[in-house]
Amino acid sequence: MDSSSRITRDQVLHVAKLARLSLSSDEVDRTQQQLAGILDYVDSLSALDVTGVEPYFRVAAPDGELRRDVPVPSLSREVVLGQAPASAEGGFAVPQVMEDDG
Amino acid sequence: MSESSTGLHLLSAAELRERVVSGALTAEAITVNALDRVAALDARVGAFLHVDREGALLQAREVDKKRAAGVPLGLLAGVPVGLKDNLCTRGVPTTCASRILEGYLPPYDADCVERLRAADAIALGKLNLDEFAMGSSNENSAFGVVRNPWDLERTPGGSSGGAAAATAARFAPLTLGSDTGGSVRQPAAYCGVTAIKPTYGRVSRYGLVAFASSLDQVGPITTDVRDGARLLAVLAGHDVRDATSSLRPVADYEAECGKPVAAMRVGVVKGAVDEGCDAAVREAFQASLQTFKDLGCELVDVELPHAKYSVSAYYLVAAAEASSNLARFDGMRYGLRVTGADLNATYEATRARGFGPEVKRRIMLGTYALSAGYYDAFYVKAQQVRTLIRRDYDQAFARCDVLLTPTAPTVAFKLGEKVDDPLSMYLQDIFTLPPSLAGIPALSTPCGQSLSGLPVGLQICAPHFEEARMIRLAHAFEAAVAWQRRAPAFALAAGGA
Repeated sequence: MDSSSRITRDQVLHVAKLARLSLSSDEVDRTQQQLAGILDYVDSLSALDVTGVEPYFRVAAPDGELRRDVPVPSLSREVVLGQAPASAEGGFAVPQVMEDDG
Repeated sequence: MSESSTGLHLLSAAELRERVVSGALTAEAITVNALDRVAALDARVGAFLHVDREGALLQAREVDKKRAAGVPLGLLAGVPVGLKDNLCTRGVPTTCASRILEGYLPPYDADCVERLRAADAIALGKLNLDEFAMGSSNENSAFGVVRNPWDLERTPGGSSGGAAAATAARFAPLTLGSDTGGSVRQPAAYCGVTAIKPTYGRVSRYGLVAFASSLDQVGPITTDVRDGARLLAVLAGHDVRDATSSLRPVADYEAECGKPVAAMRVGVVKGAVDEGCDAAVREAFQASLQTFKDLGCELVDVELPHAKYSVSAYYLVAAAEASSNLARFDGMRYGLRVTGADLNATYEATRARGFGPEVKRRIMLGTYALSAGYYDAFYVKAQQVRTLIRRDYDQAFARCDVLLTPTAPTVAFKLGEKVDDPLSMYLQDIFTLPPSLAGIPALSTPCGQSLSGLPVGLQICAPHFEEARMIRLAHAFEAAVAWQRRAPAFALAAGGA
């Protein structure tokens, strides 16, 4: 597969939407070109037979243990909201999600 | 600066602590000296993003008070440390070198920061990095490049470029970096200092801003091996706040320094320096092998047949995990918000403005690799390759105790040289990625220099949780070669300290 067909402009726009990134037209072109190059390179994996090989999903030490599920003191609401771009009535203030007449 | 502070910055952490305990020096005098050098010289290096002068002096005075009151002092009493700016520090700016976290003041300390304080270390401030630790040259910082103290036209490496440069410049004998695919080892190699990437699970990740959670580890960068061993001992251990942190007891790493290494089986990865390596790297590596022979080690040829797939596997896994981890930066709870017409437009505008090009590139690659239709072909396959790489190591370590490669295929390159070629930048990590993917520990220590005087790093890897072995070997190597602990002219000449 040649680089130009590796990923289309429409695919780049679709992935950008999934990733919640707005890209300028220039960025879309550059991303298409660079992702195509990277995808060409990682295509080296396709020649490798991994039939029956377990994915290495659990790197964590097998002796690790989960903490006990008991209440412990946490950060105060004021401290946490102090870092928010906007807050109101003891919560994060965010742009309207629901329609008014919904 | 007073007479008595002359040359203070060239002392190791162990030497400084000894003087604080004996009363020959105060923590405050050491701290003032370090802060003054940073103020006078860092404009030329760019290692620090934030200097916490007040906090450092407060902590130093507390240590001095403790000593005066006869309270036993910690292992790092009065020793200045610098922290990579992706480690959360309570009330002290933590940006990850990203616009999206500009002005963010974490409400808590990372586990490693708590441990440093408990050991009576003095945190000087926060160090530059590639944005969100994504990069190999520190050129992806939103707040300016870092320069290599050995040659100010060159990169210090990345992503812990500020940390390695600060240690090389002797701003602090100890710095903390993070390593996902080589981010403490490669900059340490470029800057002529020592770095340790612990076994995955050895050091808590609590408070380390997540990049790729199955790979990230916090690691020490130091001017010598003993300091690295001591700092690792301070950092290592179980933390209930990181479910992947291990319960295994922490070995006495410093006790390894000075132990004999004769009859140690040292594996040499076949073909490691055949192609793509600078002549300087090849020669320094070959010379190191002779040193190990002279020390009585047995050299064993080993193979890692799947290591060649590590760049592909790493960039898929790391990008996939990054795209997921960085979803939290949405402009709602902390950091930058750029208001758009509606909620989605706000997310998109915030992330478009807040993230730099490399971070966007990795989020795009990762989102693609995780998206419907590609998940099995890319993400799952890359994770299967990790299993194969881990098996390679299991087989290799059946025949040897530790394993050697160069840390990086080249010496530090010029700033700007690779910025337009992400793939060529990624290939810088060819030797550091396999241990990261397998989760094993690895150490980089200086082993020579190029004709123009740029440092070369040697990477020593060990099986899971066998950090002690690589520390023992690295210390023996350090004692055997004259090159170690050499400081760049910048650190020796500048500042008159």
